[in-house]
Amino acid sequence: MSALPLLVQAFRQPQRLAGFTLVEWDLVLRQAAVANLTAGLCHLAEEAGLLGRIAPQAREHLTWARTVGERHRQAVRFEVGEIRRALAGLDVPLILLKGAAYTLASLPPAPGRLFSDIDILVPRERLAEVEAALMLHGWAASGHDAYDQRYYREWMHELPPMQHVKRQSMIDVHHAILPETAAARPDPALLRASAVAMAGQGDLRVLAPVDMVLHSAVHLFYDGEFDHGLRDLVDIHRLLGEFGKMPGFWDALPVRARALQLERPLFYALRYADMLLGTGSAANMDSAAGAAQLDRPNRPQLVLMDFLFRRALLPSHASCADAYTGIAHFLLYIRGNWLRMPFFLLARHLFHKAFISPKQAAG
Amino acid sequence: MLTVASYSRAQLGARLAERGIHLQTGAFVTCVKSEVASVADGISLLYADYPVLEQAEFADFHISLHQAGGVRRWFRPQVRLDCDGISPFQPLPVAQAFPMFEWTLNWCVSSNAHRYLCIHAAVVEKNGYAVILPAPPGSGKSTLCAALVSKGWRLLSDELTLVRLGSGELVPLVRPISLKNASIDIIRRYAPSSVFSPVVDDTSKGSIAHLKAPADSVARAGQCARPAWVIFPKYAAGASAQLEPIAPARAFMRLAKNAFNYSLLGSAGFAALGDVIDASLSYEFTYSALDDAIDIFSRLTPPGQ
Repeated sequence: MSALPLLVQAFRQPQRLAGFTLVEWDLVLRQAAVANLTAGLCHLAEEAGLLGRIAPQAREHLTWARTVGERHRQAVRFEVGEIRRALAGLDVPLILLKGAAYTLASLPPAPGRLFSDIDILVPRERLAEVEAALMLHGWAASGHDAYDQRYYREWMHELPPMQHVKRQSMIDVHHAILPETAAARPDPALLRASAVAMAGQGDLRVLAPVDMVLHSAVHLFYDGEFDHGLRDLVDIHRLLGEFGKMPGFWDALPVRARALQLERPLFYALRYADMLLGTGSAANMDSAAGAAQLDRPNRPQLVLMDFLFRRALLPSHASCADAYTGIAHFLLYIRGNWLRMPFFLLARHLFHKAFISPKQAAG
Repeated sequence: MLTVASYSRAQLGARLAERGIHLQTGAFVTCVKSEVASVADGISLLYADYPVLEQAEFADFHISLHQAGGVRRWFRPQVRLDCDGISPFQPLPVAQAFPMFEWTLNWCVSSNAHRYLCIHAAVVEKNGYAVILPAPPGSGKSTLCAALVSKGWRLLSDELTLVRLGSGELVPLVRPISLKNASIDIIRRYAPSSVFSPVVDDTSKGSIAHLKAPADSVARAGQCARPAWVIFPKYAAGASAQLEPIAPARAFMRLAKNAFNYSLLGSAGFAALGDVIDASLSYEFTYSALDDAIDIFSRLTPPGQ
């Protein structure tokens, strides 16, 4: 593959932002728009103190996106407040995941990060109460037939997505970070036991630093769709940059990955963050205790994975695609489903989705 | 200055199909690519006076309209829209390609350009004073706007009123005026010299035709204006033209309802909208005959006089 796309170069080396020509900006902004990273790009430029040195036409677009990012952050804080209010009487431990966690904990991936759902983690045995309380406060499961309901409730790690009837905001209620049907079964009790409180946020919690990185990794590398692949990789890159400075972090990371059966996604996360974004995790891992045992794919498998991920993790823009991009996305889609369900269950699921759901919808 | 009129229709068609053209509309540059003949026809007819940037290095928006392939090439041909990997609209019958181009340009501005408070309203200006005409579809906003423009008011926009945050200036986005159904013939009769694109039937908004913006308005697209009146028009068959003052607070709320990004802009949007209302006199305007409407508008007194 040829040189990295300009957008990836920018996140890899923010100083590049000062040197882009107007023609390059024309392309970077288009790559950022499809990758949902325009507001993130603005934050990157501000952080590096370079916003003022960017061509005015391009800076204009970055500031448009910044406005959206700021409003989004405000809306997420408001929604989280509403969720807390809805669950206040239950005395249920509430843990925020992913985007909402980064926002409320003011972590580096937060500024400029746009996302559509708020993800929360609650104990499995409390799901029914949580669901009922959310429904009482206006969230309703929408657009799911009986099969979808079963799919989520029996096999997945979350309730069917709920949407607020007035504000249209979406919430995903998780009881685990991987489906019930996946081969790896990270124990949610371990995650909950280590969750940490945030300053000024009462009993609201987020995952511990190592767990947050692992969840981010499993979310990206167990998925079948990579529309936001680069954005999620940037999250990992930024979390590692922040947490990597904490004493003991790199020693704890592989140990925790093993305990949660998440060594493989961690391996991929570190590999592609280093490869595309220059995170530099390899040096830290090498000097960490017990790093050598991190479970890794065999040689041919790794060649294949490099081939697939080096394409799928780029922005979904024509300028970043080559002749194999389409097939890479297709194979990773199959892989994502494969990892989430055993073969016969998957075959049955895809059969139902392909032949029975459309028929029922038509009838 | 190079304009769309600098190209012959054949040259324009070839450029649009191959490299695309960088078309300047007010503050924005759009790179348009399309091999669809009706898109080239529409641009050739209605955008003749607009600047084209030959050596452009940057475009704010990139729009492609392409005829769908496969079966759709022969059976009920469709046009697909692509804003660089993002498709805000579903494919439409190929006959609707030019209206789709217009809707897409509006979408690009209203969903991105958050330096402005963007109001769904027409805006015209005379002697330095601008009238904002916000209204839901069917209220006769565009008909009134077209009539005013034919009588010497300067067009800033028929669809999107852009209020620059901070300064409160109204920034022109001069583009063709979109007329629907009965309005098309009304304006044809009212302003016989006006130039129209061919009528496109059966769109989601009914029959649509676009009216060419006056060359003078296009030439002055760089000049901002100050708001002086906010007038909510309402067409009512047989009604005599009547201007009723409305309280500023009420006008504020009604204008906010017509703004695309009011809540997204937060306090900056609130301040911008407040400045518009403070600077303006607000009225509800009921009318049926265009001549009466024009007469009343010509006698509007600016605020503070």
